[in-house]
Amino acid sequence: MARRTGDNGAAPAHTTMSWLNYLVAPGFLQTGQVQSALILGSAVAVCSAVVGVFVIIRGQAFLGHALGDVGSTGASGAVLVGVQAIWGFLGAGLMAGASVDALSRRARERDVATGVVLSAMLGLSALFIYLIGQVSTSTGVTQEILFGSVFTVSPALVLPMVGLAVAAVVVVGFVYRPLLLSTVNPDGARSRGVPVGLVSFLFLVAMIAAVEQSALVMGALLSTALLIGPAATAIHLTRRLGLAIVLSVVLALVDTWLGILLAYDSFNWPPAGRGWPVSFFVVAVMVVAYSIGQAIPRTSAGPRD
Amino acid sequence: MTGIWHTVFAPGLFTYSFVVHAWVAASAIAVLAALVGFFVNLRGEAFVAHAVPRGAFTGAAGAFLIGVNSILGLSVFAILMALGMGLMRRRSHNGVITALALVTALGLGDLFLTVGNTYAPEVFALLFGQLLGISGSEMVAIAILSVILIGVIAVVYRPLLLASTVPDFAAARGVSLTAMNVTFTLLVALAASLTVPVVGALLAFSLMIGPAAAGWYLAKTPWGAMLYSVGIALGTVWVSIVIGYDSSLPIGFLVAGLSLLAYMAARVIHWARRRRPGEGPVMATVAGSVAR
Repeated sequence: MARRTGDNGAAPAHTTMSWLNYLVAPGFLQTGQVQSALILGSAVAVCSAVVGVFVIIRGQAFLGHALGDVGSTGASGAVLVGVQAIWGFLGAGLMAGASVDALSRRARERDVATGVVLSAMLGLSALFIYLIGQVSTSTGVTQEILFGSVFTVSPALVLPMVGLAVAAVVVVGFVYRPLLLSTVNPDGARSRGVPVGLVSFLFLVAMIAAVEQSALVMGALLSTALLIGPAATAIHLTRRLGLAIVLSVVLALVDTWLGILLAYDSFNWPPAGRGWPVSFFVVAVMVVAYSIGQAIPRTSAGPRD
Repeated sequence: MTGIWHTVFAPGLFTYSFVVHAWVAASAIAVLAALVGFFVNLRGEAFVAHAVPRGAFTGAAGAFLIGVNSILGLSVFAILMALGMGLMRRRSHNGVITALALVTALGLGDLFLTVGNTYAPEVFALLFGQLLGISGSEMVAIAILSVILIGVIAVVYRPLLLASTVPDFAAARGVSLTAMNVTFTLLVALAASLTVPVVGALLAFSLMIGPAAAGWYLAKTPWGAMLYSVGIALGTVWVSIVIGYDSSLPIGFLVAGLSLLAYMAARVIHWARRRRPGEGPVMATVAGSVAR
């Protein structure tokens, strides 16, 4: 997949090494930052892609995005009290998820309840950033919180992050059948004795884990992109859920790897030596994949919505 | 007595010109945001109200990069996002299109800020808003544009209400649902262009969601819901100006916090009322009343 990008296919044979260097800038796989970025990025991609398919069929795209966004509140709160950012992210995610759940007794109320909780958490975030500004002179905090970067995550976080991603996927796998049933037909699931509330709660916890670790590693922006983009493309292409999940995972992985590769390469692009952000490339690849997916007509008959 | 008065309403709160600008501009955008928020709540599109101002921030960053006025860039980007979302949404779930539009905008914004590589104070000011930094001409522009948009809302009120509550019925009466989708997203975009410089890109949607949501729980008719949301939005920005002037706390925090309080209070009142028979939320009666 990677080799099809770029216009290097026509390069003469004797320059094999040089065009390869052009495609994959020297030292790509030897750089420690790139290695942990690839490992973390892959874990986030797989986890977001699996959870994302259910997020879309359950119509929870806004909640999925909001959970990533409220991570910034947790992060700035964590900076303020001096604890590890991951606890800020997870704490804020759990608080927001629980609040939305408590405020939306009826399905009709969920959208607005999500909006109100998100607005309250972002308001807190503004307060925290203001308070951080009062006690320190560093201005970088704002930008770092708004746009995290996969290249700046501490290597010590790799293992716990991968563990969290695996845990989220395991939870989804554990509730797979009842989750599917209570998503498609909640009343039918109830009458069959499926504990719909418990299953929804477990999925919410998996979603929080997936989104928060992705927001911490990739930034809030990419957490939404990887949660929604590959899954939406996959769901458009197939009506079989299992296949959609596999397709979503593949798309998310390719997207993340290409994004990291291009961002690494872009250090040689103008303006020289600065590098373009990973998030831009991941989103760009995602939009291209989604557009190609939309252009392919559905093979199966009948509208899905 | 004068002591207490001056503690709450610090000297200059009604006389310094920059505070007077804030009173006028904030009141104008509060009314506008509350009216647009009425439709945001009616249609259950809080995500759009969040995504448009947030994504439009990209326009400000892009405008800075090429040396154009940042508020102009913001408005152009907001309108582009609105058109894209309004036209695309029939092809997929609403939330998906909104999320994709938002991440596309933010990805570009990240690129613009990285390539620009300068800390642009006026761009970052747009993230958090500058209620007390509005100039006289900006105040006049905000007030005039708000009045025009409120007039537009009055014109599209009836078809938009129909299309939002009883789409099949509206389509049968010759209302174009796509046109109403675009009208709605454009209204959000235009309201966002006026709200973001004042309240900030992160929290402009607070004014569109909290007061209107509170209105839904308090009122029994659509008109009542609109009046409540306008009243609550005005109260929110006025109290925010007083506290913000006294304490220099960020305006977004104040607006979001007060909207949350209003929403929670409305939920409690609604919950207490519901124990009496015959008083359901307004949502249940809207479809019936507009179809009549």
